[in-house]
Amino acid sequence: MKEPITITELEVWKVLEQIPDPEIPVISITELGVVRDVKIEGSAIAIKITPTYSGCPATNVFEQDIKTEMEKLGFEQVNISFQYSPAWTTDWLSEEAREKLRDFGIAPPEGTTKDKKFLLGEDPTVKCPQCKSTNTVMTSQFGSTACKSLYKCQDCLEPFDYFKCI
Amino acid sequence: MTAQEILFQYCLRMGDTHNVLAHRMGEWCTNGHILEEDIAMTNIALDHIGTSRAWLIYGGDVEGKGRTEDDLAFHRDERSYFNMLITELPNGNFADTIARNFMFDAFALLYYSELANSSDETLAGIAQKAIKEAKYHLKHSSNWMVRLGDGTEESHQKMQIAINEVWRFTGNMFEMDDIDQNLADAGIGVDCEKLKDAWMSTIVNTLKDATLTIPENNYMLTGSKKGVHTEALGHMLAEMQSLARAYPDAKW
Repeated sequence: MKEPITITELEVWKVLEQIPDPEIPVISITELGVVRDVKIEGSAIAIKITPTYSGCPATNVFEQDIKTEMEKLGFEQVNISFQYSPAWTTDWLSEEAREKLRDFGIAPPEGTTKDKKFLLGEDPTVKCPQCKSTNTVMTSQFGSTACKSLYKCQDCLEPFDYFKCI
Repeated sequence: MTAQEILFQYCLRMGDTHNVLAHRMGEWCTNGHILEEDIAMTNIALDHIGTSRAWLIYGGDVEGKGRTEDDLAFHRDERSYFNMLITELPNGNFADTIARNFMFDAFALLYYSELANSSDETLAGIAQKAIKEAKYHLKHSSNWMVRLGDGTEESHQKMQIAINEVWRFTGNMFEMDDIDQNLADAGIGVDCEKLKDAWMSTIVNTLKDATLTIPENNYMLTGSKKGVHTEALGHMLAEMQSLARAYPDAKW
């Protein structure tokens, strides 16, 4: 007979905290805020995730990563489902995660979706992650991945990615 | 039709609409006139694939016959596709693509803002997500409308021709048949007729900034809700579905 699974949901969350975002490996999928719910029932586990962008190719990768990790823990059945509501927002990124993004060379989202500037649809003032200058300009609204825009710094002349505020 | 069949059909219409537009945007990959634009168009394609996927996954659940989003996307023929006609129009030149997308993006933002209040929790969730993306798409297409319309003599002319060409496909977006009416009355779907005025004011304002003229022709094409399409869709699906049909078990 198989050993019954004695892992708690809290321990599962600890494991999930170790799974990196495939596009931005410095932050984990829990820091990104995509894991919404974990439920253990016997040898089965149900995990709800909220995609960042609906077509983000990374979603499939971390879906697979979660599955692999859960199977390693001994779960025989891993059900991963999408939860679309409430929609994912960059407001869920922790201050710590924002700091990590900056160190990695990606400018984190400026402010939150509740800010006046955002609500009025104005372009944010983005700080260069290299030299911290605010003398920056958007070169393309769409960047290397769906979640980022391309900017350049007019002081240190470095191009950089900006994690869009959504 | 049962309530379940009605909702399934509704999901196909929107799922197909985004899927077909996604494929058109994907056709721009490596053909953009500048690198940034190439990336923008493929990014937008991805958003539409994602939205389509959400609709088709839900449609498959509602239908309850175990069909996945891939089954629905790759194993239905032209006459069983219900996407809005405007989305299947070939990319043409860059102005044609921008005109088509602009008309649709302006509609999509209004549509999803309404759908976000749907009594169906899944649809409201899909809408909340789609609103954020539709905003970006509309910003992208309206910027280009103005840049090209109010650009050089040639770009202005091309943009105006593109608007004239796409115009007769815009009425189809607001059409309401029994299925739409049924779901709108139930508080699940959107009454698209009611979006028309707001849509028109978006179009009027942007076209004014772009120094372009609204076409006078009000003859509108119809058919998509019955699976009747322009000749463009069959060719597109043949290419899009060939791999999945030749190798039904292929995984990648």
